[in-house]
Amino acid sequence: MAYSKKVVDKFENTINEPAKHNVGRFNPKDMDIGTGMVGAPACGDVMKLQIKCEQQGNTHVIKDVKFKTYGCGSAIASSSELVEMLLGKTLEEAKEIKNIDIVDALELPPIKIHCSVLAEDSIKQAIEDYEQKQ
Amino acid sequence: MSTDINLPIYLDYASTTPVDPRVAKKISDHLTLDGNFGNPASRSHKFGWKAEESVEEARSHVANLVGCDPREIVWTSGATEANNLAIKGIANFYQAKGKHIITSKIEHKAVLDACRQLEREGFEVTYLDPTEGGLITTSLIDSVVRDDTILISIMHINNELGTVNNLHEIGSYAREKGIFFHVDAAQSTGKVEINLSELPVDLMSFSAHKTYGPKGIGALFVSRKPRVRIEAQMHGGGHERGMRSGTLPTHQIVGMGEAFRIAKEEMFADKKKIEALHKKFYDSVSKIEEIYVNGDINNKVSNILNISFAYVEGESLIMALKDIAVSSGSACTSASLEPSYVLRALGRKDELASSSIRFSFGRFTTDEDIEYTLSLINHAVERLRELSPLWEMYLDGIDLDTVDWQTH
Repeated sequence: MAYSKKVVDKFENTINEPAKHNVGRFNPKDMDIGTGMVGAPACGDVMKLQIKCEQQGNTHVIKDVKFKTYGCGSAIASSSELVEMLLGKTLEEAKEIKNIDIVDALELPPIKIHCSVLAEDSIKQAIEDYEQKQ
Repeated sequence: MSTDINLPIYLDYASTTPVDPRVAKKISDHLTLDGNFGNPASRSHKFGWKAEESVEEARSHVANLVGCDPREIVWTSGATEANNLAIKGIANFYQAKGKHIITSKIEHKAVLDACRQLEREGFEVTYLDPTEGGLITTSLIDSVVRDDTILISIMHINNELGTVNNLHEIGSYAREKGIFFHVDAAQSTGKVEINLSELPVDLMSFSAHKTYGPKGIGALFVSRKPRVRIEAQMHGGGHERGMRSGTLPTHQIVGMGEAFRIAKEEMFADKKKIEALHKKFYDSVSKIEEIYVNGDINNKVSNILNISFAYVEGESLIMALKDIAVSSGSACTSASLEPSYVLRALGRKDELASSSIRFSFGRFTTDEDIEYTLSLINHAVERLRELSPLWEMYLDGIDLDTVDWQTH
C-alpha cells in the first residue's frame, strides 16, 4: 500500500492516543452539538463527526470536535486531519474546507481521494444538523 | 523463552513460503559451471545426462509425495500454468464429447479465468456456489451436471479459507458419470496426505513455492490409468512427452523435488507443530467478542485461519498490525480494494468480508510469533473498535441492517 508517511503517522497517532485526537462522542441531542454521519458499512467506510459550537457575536465557533470512523487507514487519517482543521473555526470558515485540503495535507494517493470527500461531506452534514437546531 | 523476536512476523505462508535452506543449496548446485548446469534435453554429452538424471530424481520425489507414477508428472511454470493446461487441455482435446464444464465460485483465479477464456471459445461453464462453510459437495455438482459435461474442476484446499473438499467423493461421482476430474492442489502438498494411486482424480495441479520450494515451477499430474489425454498449450521441442514444451529449468525442478522430498519426510512433524500453533492462536482469538471464522472450522487445515473482526475494517486492521505480514482476503485481490470474492460466495455480507484477515502459519512460525501476534491483535481490535461508529452502534443495541445509510 503506497501510503505517505503522513497518512501512516496520522493513523498510528490516532489509534494510539484516541483521546488526544478527539475520538469519542457527544450526546447528539444536546442543542450545541451538530452530528454528521456519512458512508455505509457495505462501502467500507462510515464517518461520524460531531461538532460542539458556541455563539460568539453573530457567528458560531467550533469549540470542540469528536469523531469516530470505520474504514481504511486513510479514512481514519482523513477524519483525524479534518478534526484538527475544524477546531476554533467559525462555521463559515468550516464550510470553506474542501476535500482537496485534506488530500494535500495527507498526500493521499489517488485511489483514496474518496476518503477526503467523505470527510468533507461529514462536516457539511454536521453543520447542517447544528444550524437546524438553532 | 526468547524475547528477541524478528519483526515483521511472517504469517502469510498460504501466499508463498520461504525456500527451505536445504532446497536453496540444491538449487545453487545446479546453476554454475562447477555445478550440474546442463540442458536435460542434451543427449550427446555428460552434462545433459547428468541434468536429466537430476530432473528425473526430482520427478520421483514429487510423484512419491502424492502417490503416483513419475511418468504421470508434467513440469509446468507453476500451478497457474498447470491449471490452464489441465482445463484448456481437456476442453480442447475432448470438445467433441461435450462442451460443459463445472467448477466453483471459490476457485483460484487461474481456474476461473481459464474457464472464462473457454466460455469465449464457445464452452459453457457452471460456477457452483459453495456451502456456507466453503465446501463443494457431490450433491451440488449433481444438481447442475449435464450429459455434455466433460470436466469437473474443484480445488482441494481453498487458499483463503483452508477448507478441504472431499476428493474421494467428488472423484468417485465423476468416474461414475464418465466426467474428467481436475483438482487444484496448490495448497495441499506437505499439509495433507495425497495418494493418487487410490484417489479417483484425473488431473492435479501442484506448486513448489507453497511448500518451501522456489517460485516459477509447478507440475501437473496427468493420469495414465485411466489414460487421460490433453492438448498441449505450449508448443515447441516436444518436451514432457509433447504436453509441455520448453527447456526444463533444472535448478527449479530440483528445488521442487527437494522441497517435496522434505515435505514427505517432515509432513507429520510440520503438521503436529502447526496444529499446536493453530490451537493456541484460535483459543485466544476466539475470546474476542464478535469475531467470525470464515470457512468450516471442522473441515479445514490448521495452517490457514480466516477471521472476520466485525465492526473493524480489514485494511485498517492490517495497518494497525504493521509488524505482522498477513493478507486481507486473498493477496491477489487486496490491491484492488474489493471484498474477497471467496467470502462473498459464502454469503458473507460485504462488511464482514472486508473485515477479514487470513492468517497462515508454516514451518518456521514459532510460539513466540503467535504470542506476539495475539497481543497485537487484541490491542489493535480494541483500539479500532473504540474508533468505530459501528461498534458504538452495536453496543447501543442498534441493528445496523435497519440503518438508512448514505451510500456514496
